[in-house]
Amino acid sequence: MNIEILIPLLAAAVQSGTPILYATLGEIFTERSGILNLGVEGTMIIGALSGFLVAKATGNPYIAFVAAGLAGTCAASIHGLVCLVFQGNQVVSGLALTILGVGVANYLGTPYVGLTAPGFDPLPIPLLSELPIVGAIFFSQDLLVYLTYIIPVLIWIFLYNTRFGLSLRAAGEYPAAATAAGLKVVGYRWLGVLGGGFFMGLGGAYLSLAYTHLWTNNLTAGRGWIAVALVIFAFWRPGRAVFGAYLFGGIMALQLRLQASGTQIPSSLLLMLPYALTVAVLVLSSWWRGKTDEPGALGTNILPAD
Amino acid sequence: MPLLRVVKRQEPLGWGSCLVLIAAICLSLLLGGIILFIGGTSPIEGLVVLFKGAFGNRYALEDAIIKATPIFLCSLGVALAFKLQVWNIGAEGQFALGAVGATWVALSLPEAPSYIVLPLMVVMAAAAGGLWGFIPAFLRQKLKTNEIIVTLMMNYIAILILDYLVYGIWKDPASYGFPMTAEFSEAAIVGKIGATNYSWGLVHCLVLGLIFWVFLKYSRLGYEIKASGDNVRAAKYAGIPYDRLVMLVMVLSGALAAWAGFLEASSTINRLQPSIMAGYGYTAIVVAWLARLNPFYIGVASFLLAALRVGVEGLQLDLQVPAAFGGIIEGLILLTVLAGGLFTSYRIVVARKAHEH
Repeated sequence: MNIEILIPLLAAAVQSGTPILYATLGEIFTERSGILNLGVEGTMIIGALSGFLVAKATGNPYIAFVAAGLAGTCAASIHGLVCLVFQGNQVVSGLALTILGVGVANYLGTPYVGLTAPGFDPLPIPLLSELPIVGAIFFSQDLLVYLTYIIPVLIWIFLYNTRFGLSLRAAGEYPAAATAAGLKVVGYRWLGVLGGGFFMGLGGAYLSLAYTHLWTNNLTAGRGWIAVALVIFAFWRPGRAVFGAYLFGGIMALQLRLQASGTQIPSSLLLMLPYALTVAVLVLSSWWRGKTDEPGALGTNILPAD
Repeated sequence: MPLLRVVKRQEPLGWGSCLVLIAAICLSLLLGGIILFIGGTSPIEGLVVLFKGAFGNRYALEDAIIKATPIFLCSLGVALAFKLQVWNIGAEGQFALGAVGATWVALSLPEAPSYIVLPLMVVMAAAAGGLWGFIPAFLRQKLKTNEIIVTLMMNYIAILILDYLVYGIWKDPASYGFPMTAEFSEAAIVGKIGATNYSWGLVHCLVLGLIFWVFLKYSRLGYEIKASGDNVRAAKYAGIPYDRLVMLVMVLSGALAAWAGFLEASSTINRLQPSIMAGYGYTAIVVAWLARLNPFYIGVASFLLAALRVGVEGLQLDLQVPAAFGGIIEGLILLTVLAGGLFTSYRIVVARKAHEH
């Protein structure tokens, strides 16, 4: 392929992959504590709307971005409440959170459809952006993309090199043993749920503040579900999540470019690509069945000791 | 792992949990009222309009029963899979493909008489929906691929297939560019019962619901489903062909949702168009869980959530409340009912502890 086409395409892949990456990292963080949160889609879209509304009200995209993360935490806390306090089924609770979140965002967002808000624009990093190829792809993006170059490393350090991270993983791997070792398993699971929700909210905010700069209903369009699938593809490891997210970003960017180029392929078939790829990727990762870091107690509840 | 599961949720509703259910629904409406308020609508007026719209007159009730039909069938399908602890989130896509399969027959045989075209439409719908259930089941059993995500992704894919057809090769040349197929022939339409506004689809529901109940209660297969749902390892040890069972159940589950898609195309709108996708497949999950997978309660819950949809339409017309409000209430009901499950489960836990001492 022609390099003048390829480089912008890869740059677009990084950009489209970024919201999915935030959400995938959030879900990895949550699932590592043993809680399966299928409410990613709902949490993301709540983050997207909150970020948009705060940016509109304050004019400050930085505040809006953080607010979106906090909104994600709030949304995820509903899942925490149902699963950690009321012992509800995690699969159904997550689904319900998605139904609720999408409903709330579309309901409160309807008056704002088509309106714009201040957001983040590309901010090429001096020197680095002038590097051949890599500069255009990775270092001519916006600030929120640069953040995702650091966050996976931070999450990795937290999970694998800190006592808190070890305890969080223990809560997800073998809660009975963790409890016996004196850990407050429920507390670490709360940390997983709330912390993960924060990143999911940021992923949503990327869509409304940097990707589109405007509000439309159903803005997330299944990206939250793709993130859930990517966690499996990533074997629950932050590093592999980066790779997976850019793969999907690439497909989405390619699909948009094909549509814009006036191809004969009907748009409904092009729109199918990311969803079909998700199934393919899931099938492949279950085929390889490599050394996954799937938490042993994922999706199971902890009874409060009484 | 003794820590994991406390309660089986497949048990019939006792009076205590009935109260919990009512409390959960009231709490959902209360929270819904707060969200209405945030959206700038008077919550009391909104809830009154919602109720009047849902139950206020004969037409609303009629509409609710008509809307309950597809929800009921999708929910039976979902419940069948859930009984086996297989998470079929794909009713929406199976419904879409059912409508596509039925439409294909209706458009291909415009001259055929009713007694040929209608059964063929059912068969084709069930085959298409069944295939959409089989694929995730096959992947789950052969490769341990997560069925939740596969069924969900296949929803998106199925809806896009439907779009592709009605925007493309199936588009009616006489539709002035609107994405819809030609209207079905008279023979391909499931008629109304006598002079009422209800189609024979309602009777399909009653019969299928009855078969569902008898099948689960009295057939060997039904027993195997229940046994495997309770404990997969014990069931496999007892010689139940679990892999085949999962695939069969998912095919049946998909076929039930597809039946709903057939009825929706053939009795409610008489053609295929994108607006046929109204989210019944997701509502069906809420219904199945509310009804604890019991076919009779699924009937009741289908009617209630269909009435909610009718009520939300009233809210849209009278107070310009966005349609998404319906999803909010559905999500809230599901969450509060899940949370309320603690109160029914905790009694059991305390009782067991007392026995042990």
